[in-house]
Order: sequence, then C-alpha cells, then structure tokens
Amino acid sequence: MRFVPLILAGLFRKKTRTLLTLASVMVAFMLFGLLQAVTAAFESGADAADAKRLLTTARYSIIELLPLSYRARIETVPGVVGVAHAEWFGARYQNESNAFPVFVVDPARYLDMYREFDITPEQRAAFERTRTGAVAGRRLVDRYGWRLGQKLPIASEIHPKADGDMNWEFDLVGILDADDPAVRGNTDMVLINVALFDETRQFGKGRTGWYIIRIADSSQAKTISAAVDRLFANSPDETKTQPEKEFAVGFAKQIGDIGALISRILAAVFFTILILTGNTMAQSIRERIPELAILKTLGFSDARVTALVLGEAGLLLLLGGGAGMGAALAMLPGLNQTTGGRFPPLYVTESTWMIAVLIAVALGLAVGLPPAWRAHRLRIVDALAGHR
Amino acid sequence: MSAEVADNGGPLVEIRGVTKHYRRGGERIEVLHGIDLDIPRGDFVALMGPSGSGKTTLLNLIGGLDSPTTGTITVDGARIDQLASGDLARWRAANVGFVFQFYNLLPVLSAQRNVELPLLLTDLSAGERRRRAAIALALVGLEDRARHKPRELSGGQEQRVAIARAIVTDPVLLVCDEPTGDLDRVTADEVLGLLQMLNREHGTTVVMVTHDPKAADHARRQLHLDKGTLAA
Repeated sequence: MRFVPLILAGLFRKKTRTLLTLASVMVAFMLFGLLQAVTAAFESGADAADAKRLLTTARYSIIELLPLSYRARIETVPGVVGVAHAEWFGARYQNESNAFPVFVVDPARYLDMYREFDITPEQRAAFERTRTGAVAGRRLVDRYGWRLGQKLPIASEIHPKADGDMNWEFDLVGILDADDPAVRGNTDMVLINVALFDETRQFGKGRTGWYIIRIADSSQAKTISAAVDRLFANSPDETKTQPEKEFAVGFAKQIGDIGALISRILAAVFFTILILTGNTMAQSIRERIPELAILKTLGFSDARVTALVLGEAGLLLLLGGGAGMGAALAMLPGLNQTTGGRFPPLYVTESTWMIAVLIAVALGLAVGLPPAWRAHRLRIVDALAGHR
Repeated sequence: MSAEVADNGGPLVEIRGVTKHYRRGGERIEVLHGIDLDIPRGDFVALMGPSGSGKTTLLNLIGGLDSPTTGTITVDGARIDQLASGDLARWRAANVGFVFQFYNLLPVLSAQRNVELPLLLTDLSAGERRRRAAIALALVGLEDRARHKPRELSGGQEQRVAIARAIVTDPVLLVCDEPTGDLDRVTADEVLGLLQMLNREHGTTVVMVTHDPKAADHARRQLHLDKGTLAA
C-alpha cells in the first residue's frame, strides 16, 4: 500500500492524457457491460432451462400440432415423472406492435412443470378453475397497466373461434413473476387455460403445439428422448424430443448467433484499447526514464521498479474498467425502462463481472509488460548519462 | 559540535586495483586504470579532473551504481563489487545518499514526498516516514516548503531538497556529482556550506565530483583524476 501514492503520482503525471485514456477504457468496458447484458438476455432462455425438462415437438416443423392423446403415452416412458403441453396462440393486443407470447396451457400441469415461476396459491387455483382464465408476467402487467380481474381482449392471428371471429377475451386471474432476472425474462408472456379454448376453436381440436416432459434423472435425457420419439415413429405425427436447453439455444440461433456477433465487436473494441493504452503507457514510461533511474539509484530494485510500472498499467485498466462497468450498471435500469418490457430484462451477470476483471488484468499485463521490461533492464548509469 | 576525520577501524571506502572498461558501438573504452584509494570515515573528498578523466565513473563505483571490471571496492566492510543487482540496490538504500547536478527530484511529488522516497524501502510506518522527512527538510532549512512541488522551488531549494532526500536514511556515505554545477555562486556556496555542515557536525562522509576549484575548496582534501588515473 505504501507504493500506491507513488503509482498514482506516476499515473496522473499528465492528467489530461491519463483522463482521456481512462475515458476510452471506461467506454470500452461500458460497451462490454451493455453488450454482455444483451447476450445474457438472449441466452436467458437457455440459462433458465432446466436439465430435467425435455421438449417434444413435431419432427419436421415446430408449427405442426401433435395429438393431445400423446400425453398419456409419454407418461408411460420409464424415467418420465410429469408431462405438460402448450400451444402458440399467435396473439395481437390492441395493435400489431403489441405482440407478446401467449401460450395455451393446462394450468396445473404447466405451472407444476415451471416451478421457478412465482404465483400465489390463490391465483393459481383461480387459473385452474376459470375456463376463460389467463395469467400474465409481471412486466407485461406493468407495461399495459392491467389489473387482476379485468378482461383481456386478445386477437389471434392463427386461431379463429368456431364462428370465425379472431377476437378472444380472457379473464386475468393471476400474475407470474420471478426473482432471478434470467427467469423473469421468461415470464414475459400470457398463459391461457386450454379448457375453453379447445372447445371454442375452429380447428385443431384435440391437438397441441408441443409437450414439456419432466424426467427424474437429467443424465438419462438422451435415452428418454429417444424412447419418446420411438413411441411415435412411423406414425402420421412423428416427434422430435430434445433437452429444453438445446431447444432454447437452437431457437435463439434462429435469430442469429448474437453471442458470436457481440464477441467479435468486443474483440475489436478491446484490441483498439490495447493499442491506445499500450501507446500511452509506452510514451509515459519513455518520458520518465530518468525518474525510474533515480528510483533505482535510491535503492528500488529492478523487480520493484518493474512492479511499479505494471501497477500503473493495472490500475489504469482497473480504474477505467470499474468505471465502465459501473456506468453500464447505472444505465441498465433506464434502458430496461425504455424497452418497456418488449425485450428480455438486461442485467449484468456475475460471470460478466468476472470476465471484466480478467480482461482488465490481461490488458494491464499486455499493456504494462513491454514498458515494465524496459524499466527492468534500465541501467542507472546509462539513464543518468542520457543513454536510454 | 565538530567531528574530526575518524581514523579508527580502517577506511570507510577502500578501493584496490579498480579498472573500468566500457564497450560502446563495438569499441572498448578504458575509463579507469588500476585505482587504489582509501577514504576515511568522516572525510570530505573533492574528486577533480578534466572531462572524461573518469570522475563520475569512479563516483558511480563508490556509490554502487555500477560495478568495476576488475579490482575490489569495500565500503564500511562490505565488498560491494561482488554484490548482485538486487543486493546492491538494497545496499545503496541503506548506506548511500546521492546528490546530482540537476537535482533529479520527481516532479509529480511534493518536497516532503520526494524526501520520503528512500524511506518507502524501510519498514517505517507512514507517520514515522513523515516525521523523518520533516526533520531532514528542517535540517536543510526548507520545513516551510514541504508541500511545494519541485517546479515551485528555486534551483538552490531543489538541491537542498535533494540533499534532504540523500540524508533522510542517515547514510554512511554521501555521493555528490557536480552538486553546484547548475547553481549561481551564492546559491552554490549555500549548498556547499550545507554539505560542510553535514560533514563537520554530523560526521557524514562526503565524496564530491566537481570541476569547480572554489567548490573543491570546501572539501577537506582534493583528489585529481587524469585519464583514469589518480594523480599523486
């Protein structure tokens, strides 16, 4: 600690230059924090996936429906401990820009399957017994100002009622929420009770979109998936079963490999920072060769002078990086507000913080080692005589 | 109180058969040739000689900033010509104070912080470091300039801060390379008077390189180097 004032004095020897460099490092880490939050949001589906859940869809297309009768047969597969089903409703609320996922579900089975969603027992019971019942995620409720007990007029772009009308109406009887931000992103939806829907819809009666299967042992996921698919092999409705995480990752990649795209952007950003900061450090040390020689004259060893230079580089990156991550953290609530819940919640994960520290340390070493090595090799008599 | 040159226990600095060669651009430059020299404890020696005579090289060897090509250098009983780089750094920190022509203070640090620098290498607490630095600054008459940065001081004041930095660890040896070379006559006399005071009243052994005969007159004795050899 006794050398920290000396490191700070060296670092802020030229305040403007150091502050500008710090600002550029800060912006780079702010971008890192924000873009990693976007990646985390895109991957939240996969992150929240349960290793003990499988998804069964139609083998050739996710939009083909499967018979509801499959449920009982899937339950007979050894290792399966629960089965739920869901169907895409294709919702539009008020106008086309207000699109959000609406799933047709068997309330009890679905909520048993997704125990990570928080709902009060009273609201859950109301959802199970209300044939026109619906529950919605907290962020959707807040975005549209819904209140429990109100009617939810939702149009479907897929399912007409028996009379051909595309406009449906449900009763909002519950609110879904979650503490974990990754799970909360998955509550941005409305669930509607299958009971009345299946009676009223014009086509597809007795069918559903996909099955969600809970298994006892996640290590058996592949075996059980194969067993389920074998049940329906060579039938008109063959199935494809896979772990939920695999499904979520595949689904996210249909949008594009966001993670890879962001990684490349960040690599370019940090490479620029490496060049910029490296140049600043090299210049700063070059200007201070006589001062470093004096420190050595006074008895500072080669190793200690090397450590001082590395300390400067490390401090520069950690200060800039910390400020950048702090700025990202400060901006996220505002950004989440701006999206109005149309995008999964943006948040900085623990792993993002750890990666940020690792990047700062790695950049500090990369930037600090060349001038530190130069300082290490510096011969006092040469430096004092003006030979560098 | 006045300290005489102590003659007990052998010389503080004992130099035997020291040579120093440099290689620059493939050319071998012989700077010192078989120097033998004893400097008693409490002495004030002025090393004089023309440019290129090897004064600064000999001073650097005595101060442990460089190692001889051949020969032995013993300071206060320690063979410093055999020490590795790290050990030599530790030895310098504990035993030698340096004063240079251009002061060589760190411009970003206050006078107080500059004086404290050598104490950072000790186990002293921050409070004790501050206290000792304040005493050293008071000794050179700059207690009221402790918070000033070097650029806010005159040349003479800067050199006095450098002397405070050199003596703050209470070294056995003060090594001065042209300490008045950048100062006017009056200021130079003040600085030389300070070195004399440290030598006479505190018994500090001083080895000073200078071109200036008037500066050399402040020393107890003068040595002359010419072409790498000590003149008789």
